[in-house]
Amino acid sequence: MRFLTQDPTLADFGHDPWWLILLKIVVAFIFGMSMILLGVWFERRVVARMAVRPGLNQVGPFGLLQTLADGIKGILKEDLLPRTADKVVFFFAPTVPAIFALTALSVIPFGPMVSIFGVQTPLQVTDVPVAVLVVLACSAMGIYGIVLGGWASGSTYPLLGGLRSSAQMISYEVAMGLSIVAVFMTAGTMSTSGIVAAQAGGSEASWSIFGWHPTVPSWYAILLIPSFLIFVVSAFGETNRAPFDLPEAETELVAGYMTEYSSIKFLLYLLSEYVAMVVMSSIIATMFLGGWRAPWPITAFWSGANSGWWPLLWFLAKVVLLLFIFVWVRATLPRLRYDQFMKLGWKVLLPVNLIWILLLGGLRVMQDEQFSGRNRWLIIGGAVVAVLLVALLWPARKAEPKTTLEEQMSARPSGSFPLPPLDLQVPPSPRAKRVVAERRPANVTASGAGSGQVADADTDADEKEV
Amino acid sequence: MTTADVLMLALGAVAVGAAAAVVTTRQIVRAGLWLVVALGSLAGLYLVLSAELVAWVQVLIYVGAVVVLLLFAVMLTRAPIGVSEDLDRSRWPGLLIGGGAGLGLAALLIDAYQWSTVDLADGAGAEEVGAAIFRSWVLPFEVLSVLLLAALVGAIVISRPDVSARVGR
Amino acid sequence: MGGYLGSYATLGLLLAVGVLFFLVAMTANRLLRTNRPSAAKSTTYECGLDPVGGDWAQAQIRYYVYAYLYVLFAVEAVFLFPWAVIFDDPGFGMTAVVEMGIFVGVLALGLLYAWRKRVLQWT
Repeated sequence: MRFLTQDPTLADFGHDPWWLILLKIVVAFIFGMSMILLGVWFERRVVARMAVRPGLNQVGPFGLLQTLADGIKGILKEDLLPRTADKVVFFFAPTVPAIFALTALSVIPFGPMVSIFGVQTPLQVTDVPVAVLVVLACSAMGIYGIVLGGWASGSTYPLLGGLRSSAQMISYEVAMGLSIVAVFMTAGTMSTSGIVAAQAGGSEASWSIFGWHPTVPSWYAILLIPSFLIFVVSAFGETNRAPFDLPEAETELVAGYMTEYSSIKFLLYLLSEYVAMVVMSSIIATMFLGGWRAPWPITAFWSGANSGWWPLLWFLAKVVLLLFIFVWVRATLPRLRYDQFMKLGWKVLLPVNLIWILLLGGLRVMQDEQFSGRNRWLIIGGAVVAVLLVALLWPARKAEPKTTLEEQMSARPSGSFPLPPLDLQVPPSPRAKRVVAERRPANVTASGAGSGQVADADTDADEKEV
Repeated sequence: MTTADVLMLALGAVAVGAAAAVVTTRQIVRAGLWLVVALGSLAGLYLVLSAELVAWVQVLIYVGAVVVLLLFAVMLTRAPIGVSEDLDRSRWPGLLIGGGAGLGLAALLIDAYQWSTVDLADGAGAEEVGAAIFRSWVLPFEVLSVLLLAALVGAIVISRPDVSARVGR
Repeated sequence: MGGYLGSYATLGLLLAVGVLFFLVAMTANRLLRTNRPSAAKSTTYECGLDPVGGDWAQAQIRYYVYAYLYVLFAVEAVFLFPWAVIFDDPGFGMTAVVEMGIFVGVLALGLLYAWRKRVLQWT
C-alpha cells in the first residue's frame, strides 16, 4: 500500500525525536527565507517585465541574487536613532511582525507522512487542534509591530501612518477571521492537516439532477467560493499589499510608520511584508487550494502523485503561483483611497460574509436533516423569494435635490472667501494685445526676410513705446 | 514536580510580575505593553491546563484586540514618549483595594476547591467548548450579544458628538 | 514530554529560533555598520523642515470606533469558530443555526447602527 496517500492525523504530531524537530524548524526557516527572496525578485523582475523594462539583470542569473546583495548592503548601513525616540520600543518593534509571521509557518502542512532517516513523520513542523487560530493570532500580533514602530519614532508622520495602517489591518483581520468560519463548517476541524485531509477527494453529491450525481469539487476555493474571494481580498489588505498599500502612500505619509527607520530595522519591516505574503500564500493554498494535494488532472492518471515527497512539489508550485498573483495584482491595479478601502472592508466584505455563513449553515443542516425533496425545494424557493422581495422593496436612495449654482453660492456662510462673479469675462492681457499689434507690421515687412529681422522689429517696437 | 507544574509556576510568576509593572511604570504606553505580557502569560497558563481554544481566544481577543483598543485610545488622547510626571495615582487606596481583592479571591477559591484534584482533559478543543455553549449556556451567549451591542452604541455616542447631536435634533 | 505539550514546545522553539535569528542579524549590523552620529542625523523627518513642537499629533477619533468594532466582531468570530465545528453534529442541527442567527443578527444591528450614523463613512 505504498502508493496510497498517508494523511497525517493529529496523533502523529508531537512524537518526533529532537533532531528531527530541529531539522524541520531549520527547513521551515529556509523555506520562508527562500520564498522571501523569490517574492522580492518577483516584485522587481516581474513588475519590470510587465512595464516593459529589463528589471534586475546584474547580480546572479536573471538578477536572482540581487535581494541578497541588497540585504548585505542594508546590514552595512548606518543605523540612525531619532533623538525623540523611545529607544527600547524603537529597537524591538521591527522584529515583532517578522518573528510572528515566521512562527505561523510552523502549522503549515508541506506534505503527507514521509520517512526521514527511518522515522515516519508528517511533513509539517507541528499541528494542534486549533492550528488556524495560531495563524490568526500571529497575524494579529503583527499589528503591534506597526503601531509601536510608528509611536516609538517620536515623529508625526510615523505616528499617523502607524495608526492608519493598524486601523487598516484590524478592519481586514475581521473579514479574514469570518471568512475562515465557512472552511471550519465544511471541514469540521480547525487543524491545518485536517483541513487538507478534508479536501481529499470529490465525493458524489447526495442530491441529483435527473438521476445524475455530480462529483462535488473537493477544493474549498470552488466549493466555498465567496469565502475564498473574501479571504484573498482581506489577505491583500492584511499584508498591506497593493491595491491596499496605503501605509506606503508616500504622497500622503512619506513612508508611513517606517519613516524614521534605517539600516537593518528598515530591512526587517520590509522583510516582514514579504514574510506575511509568503504565510498568506501558504495559508490560502492550505485552506482553499487543497494544500499539498496534486491538482485534479494529475491525480486522474497518476495515483502516486499524493504520496512520498511529490506533494512538496505541488505545494511549492501553489505557493509560488500565489506569490506571482500578489505581484501581478500590484502591477495591475491602482491604489485605493482610504475611504474606499474602509468602505469595502466594513460595508461589503463583512455583511456579505455574515449572510454567507448563515446561509451555508442553513443549507448544511437542511441537507443533514433529510427533509423530503419537496419540502427542501419549498424552503429554498421561499428563501429566494424572500431575498428577491427584499431587493425589490429596498428603499431606493433619495435623489439629491438639484440646486443651481446661484443657490449653492447664496447658501455659503457669511464671511466666506469672495468668489468671482459668475459672468466673469477675463479681459485679455494688455501684453498679449501688444504682441499681436506689434507682430502685424513685422509680418508684413518680412517678405523673404529671416527670423532675425522679426526679432529686430520687436525690439524696435519696444524702444518706440518707451 | 512535573513539567506542567514548573511551567505553571513560571508563567504565574511572569503574569504577576508583569501586572505589577503595569501599575508601577510611569510610562503610559509601556504600561500597555506590560499588559500584553501579563495577558500573554495568562494564555500560556490556559495552554498548560490543556484549554487550547480558550488560550488562543485569550491571545486573539485580549492581546490582539483589547490592548490594541487601549493603545488606540491612549494614542488618540496623549501618548508621550518617556516618563509622565503628572500621573495621579493614589498609592495606598490602590494597594488596599488591589491587594484586598486578590487575597479575597484567593481565599474564596482555595476554600472552594480545598485540595481536590481534577484530571487535565486531553486537550479541550473547539468541540467541547462549542458543545458546552450550545447545549448548556445558550442564554448567556445570547445576552452577551446584547451587551456588546449596547457597548458599541455607547462608544459611538460618546466618541462622536456630531452623531449624538444629530440624534437630538 | 507528551504529544500535547510537545506540539506547543515545538511552536515555542520556532519562536525562539526566530528571535535568535533576528538577534544575530542585529548584532551583525551593530558590528559591521558605520557609525558617525551627528545632531542633524538624529532629528526626525519633516520633509526637509526642522521639526517644531512635540512629537504627538492629534488624530481622528474614528480610529477608536473602528478599533471598537474590531473588538466586537473579533468576539463574534471567536464564538463562530466552535460553533462552526459542532453545528453539524447530531443533536444540534437547526437549533444551533437559529441560535447563532440571533447572535449574529444582534451584532449586525450594531454594524447597521454605525452604518446609519455614518460612522463608517470616512470623509
